[in-house]
Amino acid sequence: MVPPGEERRRITTRLAGLQAAVMVCFAALAGGFWYFQVVEHARFEEMAENNHQRRLALRAPRGVLFDRNGHVLVENRESFTISIVREHTKDLARTVRVLAAVLGVEEAHVKDVVDRHRREPAYRPIVVLEDASLAQVAAVTARRLDFELPDVVVERVPTRRYPTDSLAAHLFGYVGEATDGQMQAEGWHNGAIVGQSGIEKTYNRDLMGEDGARLVVVNSVGREIRTLEEVPPSEGKRLQLTIDYDVQKAAEDAFAAAGFNGAVVVLDPSDGGVLAFMSRPAYDPNIFAAGINRSAWSALNTDEHRPLNDRAIQGRYSPGSTFKMAVALAALEEGVVTPDYKVHCGGGANFYGRVFKCWKHAGHGAVDMRQAIEQSCDVYFYTVGNMLGVDKINKWATALGLGVKSGIDLPNEVTGLVPSTQWKREKLKEKWYAGETISVSIGQGQVSVTPVSMAVYMATLANGGTRVTPHFLKATDEGSGWKAVPPPTPQSKVALDPEKLQAIRDGLWMVVNAGGTGGRARLTNRDVSGKTGTTQVISNEGRANARGNRDLRDHGWFVFFAPRDNPKIAGVVFLEHGLHGGNAASVARHILDTFFAKQDGRPLPPAPLDLRLDLSDPMARRQPGATVAAAATTRPRQGEE
Amino acid sequence: MFERRLYHHIDWALVAALGALCAIGLAMIYSTTGGPTRVYVTQFYGILFGIVACVVCLSVDYRSLADKSHFVYGAVLVLLVYVLVFGAVRGGSRRWIDLGLFNLQPSEFAKAAVALVLAKYFGESRRSGLTRADLVIGGVLTAIPLFIISRQPDLGTAVTLLPVFLVIAFVAGLPMRIFAVLAIVGVLAAPVAWRFALQDYQKERISTFLDPAQDAKGAGYQQIQARITVGSGGVWGKGFAKGTQGQLRFLPVAHNDFIFSVLAEEQGFAGVTVALGLYLFVILRAIEAARLAKDRLGAYLVLGVLAAFTFQVVYNITMSAGLAPVKGLTLPLMSYGGSSMIATLAGFGLILNVRMRRFTN
Repeated sequence: MVPPGEERRRITTRLAGLQAAVMVCFAALAGGFWYFQVVEHARFEEMAENNHQRRLALRAPRGVLFDRNGHVLVENRESFTISIVREHTKDLARTVRVLAAVLGVEEAHVKDVVDRHRREPAYRPIVVLEDASLAQVAAVTARRLDFELPDVVVERVPTRRYPTDSLAAHLFGYVGEATDGQMQAEGWHNGAIVGQSGIEKTYNRDLMGEDGARLVVVNSVGREIRTLEEVPPSEGKRLQLTIDYDVQKAAEDAFAAAGFNGAVVVLDPSDGGVLAFMSRPAYDPNIFAAGINRSAWSALNTDEHRPLNDRAIQGRYSPGSTFKMAVALAALEEGVVTPDYKVHCGGGANFYGRVFKCWKHAGHGAVDMRQAIEQSCDVYFYTVGNMLGVDKINKWATALGLGVKSGIDLPNEVTGLVPSTQWKREKLKEKWYAGETISVSIGQGQVSVTPVSMAVYMATLANGGTRVTPHFLKATDEGSGWKAVPPPTPQSKVALDPEKLQAIRDGLWMVVNAGGTGGRARLTNRDVSGKTGTTQVISNEGRANARGNRDLRDHGWFVFFAPRDNPKIAGVVFLEHGLHGGNAASVARHILDTFFAKQDGRPLPPAPLDLRLDLSDPMARRQPGATVAAAATTRPRQGEE
Repeated sequence: MFERRLYHHIDWALVAALGALCAIGLAMIYSTTGGPTRVYVTQFYGILFGIVACVVCLSVDYRSLADKSHFVYGAVLVLLVYVLVFGAVRGGSRRWIDLGLFNLQPSEFAKAAVALVLAKYFGESRRSGLTRADLVIGGVLTAIPLFIISRQPDLGTAVTLLPVFLVIAFVAGLPMRIFAVLAIVGVLAAPVAWRFALQDYQKERISTFLDPAQDAKGAGYQQIQARITVGSGGVWGKGFAKGTQGQLRFLPVAHNDFIFSVLAEEQGFAGVTVALGLYLFVILRAIEAARLAKDRLGAYLVLGVLAAFTFQVVYNITMSAGLAPVKGLTLPLMSYGGSSMIATLAGFGLILNVRMRRFTN
C-alpha cells in the first residue's frame, strides 16, 4: 500500500506546512517569554515583591514625660489593635459582619471605619478596634487559625498611659489620629497618632519618635511566613517638665476638696517654670489614647461645664480686686502718688456726677496705699485711677503681663483685655469716657484676664519687673542623658523701683498676715503675700431677672507669691462660682504648704478632706432694691466682705 | 511480535527528549509542593506506569492495533459514558473513575483512541483525497467523544480532539478551500486570538498601573499572577524552590496547570528556552516520523497523536505566560497527572512504533 507519488508529495508538502506552523508558534512563545522575562523583568519583579512582601509599620512609643524631680507623669503601655487588611479579602461584607460579631461591636461602626479608609492601599491595615480586650484578642486569634478571618490582624502597639485621676489633663493634652488637614500640612501618614492638645501637641515633634518597620514575607492568604528585615522604632524624646508632681497633686487635692471648677497656675517667679497647672473640670486623656469613640467625644463636647476647655489659658474672667496692684504700681511708677499718699474713704465717692460706692459702705476712713491694698478699699483706687487715666493703667498692667498672651508653651492660649483709649477707638470706634476709668481702677468694666496671665502678673511683682514666660520644658533626653533646656526669654522687662514695689508687697503681706481678706492662706513664718478677689458673674439686676438654672454664683480669685522677700513661688487660684476669694485662698494654702514642706524636706501635708470654705452666697444678703439703684449699676458689687 | 532488530530502530533521541521533559516536570513538582510529597510520588509512579504503557504500545505492530481500533474507540466511549454517570465528582465536574489507588481519567485516553480510529479510517481509504462523506464520518467519529467530554464538563480536553481531526484531514488531502473555511472558524474559536489577548492585556495593564490592588481578585487574577510569575523570573530565574509566586501560592494549582510558570520563575528565560527547545524537538521529531512512515495509516496515527499533544503544549505554555484565558488544560509530560502522563507516553509509544516499523512489512 505504498501511496502513489502524487499523494506522497502532497503529504510531504503539508507536513512541511505543519512543521513551519509549529516553529512559528514556538518562536512566538519564545518571543513572549523573552518580552516578559527580559524586557519587562524589572516591572514584574517589583510586582512579585509587592505580592509577597509586606512592610508593616511598628509604631514608636511616644516620649515619656517626667516632672522636675524625675517622677514619671506620662508613660506608655502595650495595647492590642485589631485591623482588617483587605488585600486578600474575598468578601469584605462578610469579614465585617463576622468580625463585628466576634468583637461584640456594632457592625455599622466597623463598616463605617472601613468605608472611611476605603481608598487607601489594600495592604495597609484598617484599624477597627483600638485597645482590644484580651477576650477580644483571643476570639479573633482563634478565628484566624480557622481561616475564618484570615484578613484580620492583631497588632501590639504602644499606647499612652496618663495618670488615672485626670491629673493635669489639660497640661498633658491628648493624642489622636492625624486629621486630613494635619496629614497635608505636616506630612504625617494616615493613621499616625499625634498630639492634638496640650504638651502632646506643642512638643509632638519631640515626643513622636520614629516609627520602625518590619519587612515580612506573606503567602497568598496573607499569613506571615518570615521576617526579612526589621528596623526597630525609636522612642520619642523623654521630656522633663518644670512641673513638681507634689505641688500639682496638692493643687488637684485641694481643688477636689473645695469642689469647685476653676484653674490653678503656679510659677517659679525667677524663670517662669510652671510648678503646677490645672483646669477643672478635667477629662481622662486615656480615653483618647486608645481612640475615643463618638459618643464619648460628643459627651465631652456637649457637657455644659465644657471639660475640654482649658480654663487656665482659655478662660477670660474679670479680675476684680486682684487688679488693684497694677493700678497701684502704675500710680507709684508714674509718680502720681507716693506710698504714703492718703485718700479718705467715706463709703463712696462722686466722680463725673455719679456716685461710686466702696464695698464697705461704712467707709475705711483715711487709708494709704498699704492699707488700701490690705483693705481693698475701692474709693482709694477710684481716686488714684482717676488721677492716672486709663492709658497709664493699661501701660503698667501690660508690663505686668495682663491683657497680653503669656507665651506659655501650650496651644490655643487666648488674650485677656485691659482697655485703653486706643483700644476703644479702634475696636468700638468710640471715645473713651473718663468715667469708665473708675470701674477699670478696681478691675471691673471691660477688664478681663486669663488665670495664666494672673500668674505671670504675680511672678513679675515677685521678681521685680521681669515678665517671665511661663513654660513647661525643663530638659530633654534623646537617650544620651538629660540636656537642660534654657528657659525662654522673658516677654519684657522693666526695672521697678524696689522701694515703691515694697509698698505693694507690704500691702499684699498684710492681706494675708494682718487684717486682710486672705487670712486663710496664712502660713507661719512663710510671709505669704496675696490678694483675694470676688467678681460677679452677672449684674444685680440681671440676676434678679435671670431665669433657668445657670450658675450665677460669684467667682473667687486668690493671687499670691511667697515669701514676701525673695519669693520662690507665685501663682493664682481661680474658683469658678467659688463664691469668695477667701475660698481660693484656702486652696492656695494647701499648695503653698506642700511647696514649703517639700522645700524644707518635711513630710508633706496630707490631702485635705475638707477646706475652710465660706459657702454663704453674698447675693442672698443683697436683695434687689436693697441698695441705691445708681450704685448698683455704676458700681457692680465687687469686693471683699 | 517484537523482533530484536526493531530495537535498533527505536528513536532514542526522541526517547531522551521525552525523558528530559518528564524529569524537568518532576523536579518542578518537587519544588512547588515542597519536597517528596504525595503529589510528587504519585507523579513518579505515573511516569513508571507511562513507560510501561509506552512499551506496550510500542511492542504491538500499529497495524494490528489499528485493526482493533473500533474496539479501543468503543471501549473509550463506554468509559466516557460511565464517567458521565458514575464518575467521581471533583470541582463540579465528573472526569474521574475512582479506582481506589488512583483516579482514571478516560478523556485523556480518548485522544489516542480518536487518533487511532481516524488514522484507520482515513489511512485505509482506497481513494486518494477526501470525499465529503469521509469528512462527515471523520467529523462524527470525533464529535461523539468530544460531545460526551464536554458534558463532564471538560471543555479544554474536549476541544483537544478537534486538532486531531483537523490535522489528519489536512494531511489526508482536505481541499485547501474547505480547510480555509474550517481554519477561519477555528481561528475565531481559538482562545489564543491575539487581538483579544492584546486588548485584555492593555486593559489590565492600565488598571494595574492605576490601582494594583483592585484587579487582584476577579477573573484576571490568575492571568496577572501568571505574568508576574513568569516576568519576575528574569533571565536566570530565582533558583530551585526559591520562587515566591509558586511557593507562596499566589499562583493557583502551580504543580498542575501552571507548572511551566513555575519553571519560568525558578529557572528563568534560560530554563524556558531549554524546555521550549525540548518540546519543539519532540514535535519536529514526531513530524519526521510521520514523514518517514511506511504507510498513510502510520503517518496519520502519528499526526493524530501529535496534534492533540502539540495543541495542549502550545495552549498551556501560552496560558502559563498569562497570554491566554485560563482553561484546565495541563502541560503534557510536565504537569501533575497520572492519567495524562500514561496516555501521553502511550501516545508516544505509538509514534515510536510507527517510526520503528518503517522498514517492516
